[in-house]
Amino acid sequence: MRIVAKGLTYTYNPKSPFASQALKGVDLTIEEGEFFGIIGHTGSGKSTFVQHLNALIKCTGGYLKVGYYDLADKKCDFLELRSKVGMVFQYPEYQLFAETVAKDVEFGLKNFRKDMDEKQRAQAVREALETVGLDYARIKDESPFELSGGQKRRVAIAGVIVTKPEVLILDEPAAGLDPLGKKELMELLHSIHGGWCKTIVIVSHDMDEIAENCTHAAVFSEGKVVLTGTPPEIFAQSETLFSLGLDVPTTARCALLLRERGIEIDTDFTCDDFAEKVLAQWRAAGMPGKTGAGQVAERTTSGTESDINREQAGGDGDAE
Amino acid sequence: MLNDVTFGQYYPAKSFVHSMDPRAKIVFVIAYIVAVFLAGNFFGLAAVTLFLVIIVAASRVPFGRVLRSVKMILFLIIFTAILNLFFYSSDVDHLIWQWGIIAISWEAIINMVFLAMRLFLLVMGTSVLTLTTTPVALTDGIESLLKPLKYIKFPVHELALIMSIALRFIPTLTDETNRIISAQKARGADFETGGLIRRAKAMIPVLVPLLVSAFRRAEDLGDAMDARCYSGAKGRTKYKKLTFTWRDLVGLLLFAALIAGVVLLNMYFGGKFAVFDWIAGNFFVG
Repeated sequence: MRIVAKGLTYTYNPKSPFASQALKGVDLTIEEGEFFGIIGHTGSGKSTFVQHLNALIKCTGGYLKVGYYDLADKKCDFLELRSKVGMVFQYPEYQLFAETVAKDVEFGLKNFRKDMDEKQRAQAVREALETVGLDYARIKDESPFELSGGQKRRVAIAGVIVTKPEVLILDEPAAGLDPLGKKELMELLHSIHGGWCKTIVIVSHDMDEIAENCTHAAVFSEGKVVLTGTPPEIFAQSETLFSLGLDVPTTARCALLLRERGIEIDTDFTCDDFAEKVLAQWRAAGMPGKTGAGQVAERTTSGTESDINREQAGGDGDAE
Repeated sequence: MLNDVTFGQYYPAKSFVHSMDPRAKIVFVIAYIVAVFLAGNFFGLAAVTLFLVIIVAASRVPFGRVLRSVKMILFLIIFTAILNLFFYSSDVDHLIWQWGIIAISWEAIINMVFLAMRLFLLVMGTSVLTLTTTPVALTDGIESLLKPLKYIKFPVHELALIMSIALRFIPTLTDETNRIISAQKARGADFETGGLIRRAKAMIPVLVPLLVSAFRRAEDLGDAMDARCYSGAKGRTKYKKLTFTWRDLVGLLLFAALIAGVVLLNMYFGGKFAVFDWIAGNFFVG
C-alpha cells in the first residue's frame, strides 16, 4: 500500500491555552516495498505522523491516503485499515495483558479476523511466535509477565504481526535493547519485509540503524519534512543534519574526517560498503602498510572494522 | 479520550490569589462552603456569586477555565435538579401540575434553581483553590493544618506524602493510559461500541498493563526514596516555609465580611420562599 500525505496538519488541544501544533504541513510519499526510516528530534512530529497512518490520531487537516483508504474521510473503515497497518509502539512490552502468551498474541486476531476458528487462530499464533524467534510449544502457556525483557518485546511484536499487516510501523523498536538484541530485531524485520509485509516504517534516533537497514528515509523537524531520499542522499547533507541538532552515522563521521584530510570516499554509509571503499582507496594509493597488500585483502571484515575505529579515534584527537 | 480532565489542574499565573498562603486558602474555601450553605435566600446566593466573581477576577484565571470544571458535574447538577423538580413535596402552596406522587409546583421550581445554584457555586469556588494552588503547595497546606492531629498519633506527614505522590502521578498515569489505549486500538480493540458489560470487558487489556506499570513505578519510586535515605517525618525540614502575609489578612477580612453579609441577608429577607411575599408585595399591591 502506498502512503501519501499532502499538507498534513495536526494540533493537540486545539482552541485552548495548551494548543500546540505538532504537524505543520507534512508532504511525504512512502512507496510500497520500501523499508522507510523516519528521523527526527523529540517533538519533531514524527510520532504524531506515524499515529496518523492507522488512524489512531484522526486526520483533521490536509490529505492522507494509505492504499485506497482516505483517512480524511470520516466514513473510512478504520478497523479494516488497522488490520492492514500494524503499529508497534515504543516499549511495546508494556501493553501485554493476558494470562498466557498465546492469549495475548491472539488478541489482535480475535478483533480483526472474526472469520477464523480456534484452530486457524492457534496456527497463526504459532507462526507469529516462530517468526519472532520464540519456541511456541514452550512459551505459549507462560504468563507474559514472567518473561525476560527481550522475550516480552518479541511477544508484543508477535501480537502485532499475527494479523500479517501489509504495512508495519515501529516506533523506536530497538530502544532499550542490547546490541545483540538490536541486531536480531533488525534481522527479524528484514526476514518479514518483502513477504506478506510489504512496507516497513521505523522511527529511530539511531542513524547507524537507518543507514544500515533503510531503503528510504525522511527527516522531520518542527512538524515538517525537511529531507527525503535514500540514506546516502540524506547523510551526504551532514551540514543540514548538524544544523537541525541531529547526528550522522558513524561511517558518515569517518568519511567527513577523511575528507578533511583530502580523501574522498564515495559510500552508501553502510559499514560493509564503507570498509570496502576505504580499503579500495588504501590499495589504490599504494599504501600496503607493514603487512603488505596481499595480506590486507585477506583480512576478515572485523579486522578492517577495527582499523577504521582506530583511524576514527586518531582523527578525533587531531580535530580537537 | 482522557484529555478533558481539568479538575485539580493548576493554572499558572501571577496574581493576588496565587500568592496567598495555601493554608489560608484552604481555610477560606471551608469558609466559602459554609457561606454557600448558610445563604438561605437568593439574595445571599447573589452575594456569594458576586464574591466569587471578584475572587476569580483577582486570580486572573479566565472565567471559561473555571466554568469548565463545572462541566464534570453538570450531569449531577441536572440530575438532582430534575429529581427536585418532580418530587419536591413539603409545604407546597403553589401547585402547577400533579400526577400521582409526581408534582410540579412553584416551590419545587424555586427549590430546584436554588439547589442547582448552590452546587454550581460550590464547585466553582473549590476549583478556584485547585486552579490557583499547585498540588505540592496544597498538600503542604493540608499537612500543616492537620499538624495538631499528630498528638493523637495520626500519621500526618505520611498522609501528606501519599497525597502528593498520588497527585504527582495522575498526569503520568493519564499519559500511560492513553498510550496503552492507542496500542490496543492498533490491535483492533474497540472501546466505543457494545453494551455496558462488553465495554467493561474491553477495558481489561488497558487496566491490566496500567496496573502492572503502576506497581513497577511504585517499586522504582520506593527504591529512589531509599537511595536518598528517606526515613519518614522525623527530623525533616521544609524547603519552602509557609508564611502568612498581608494578603491572607485581607482574605480573612473579606471572608468574614462575606459570612456576616450572608447571615444579615438571611435575617433581613427570610427564607428562599420569601420571594413569594416579595413579589406579592411589589407587584400585586392591594
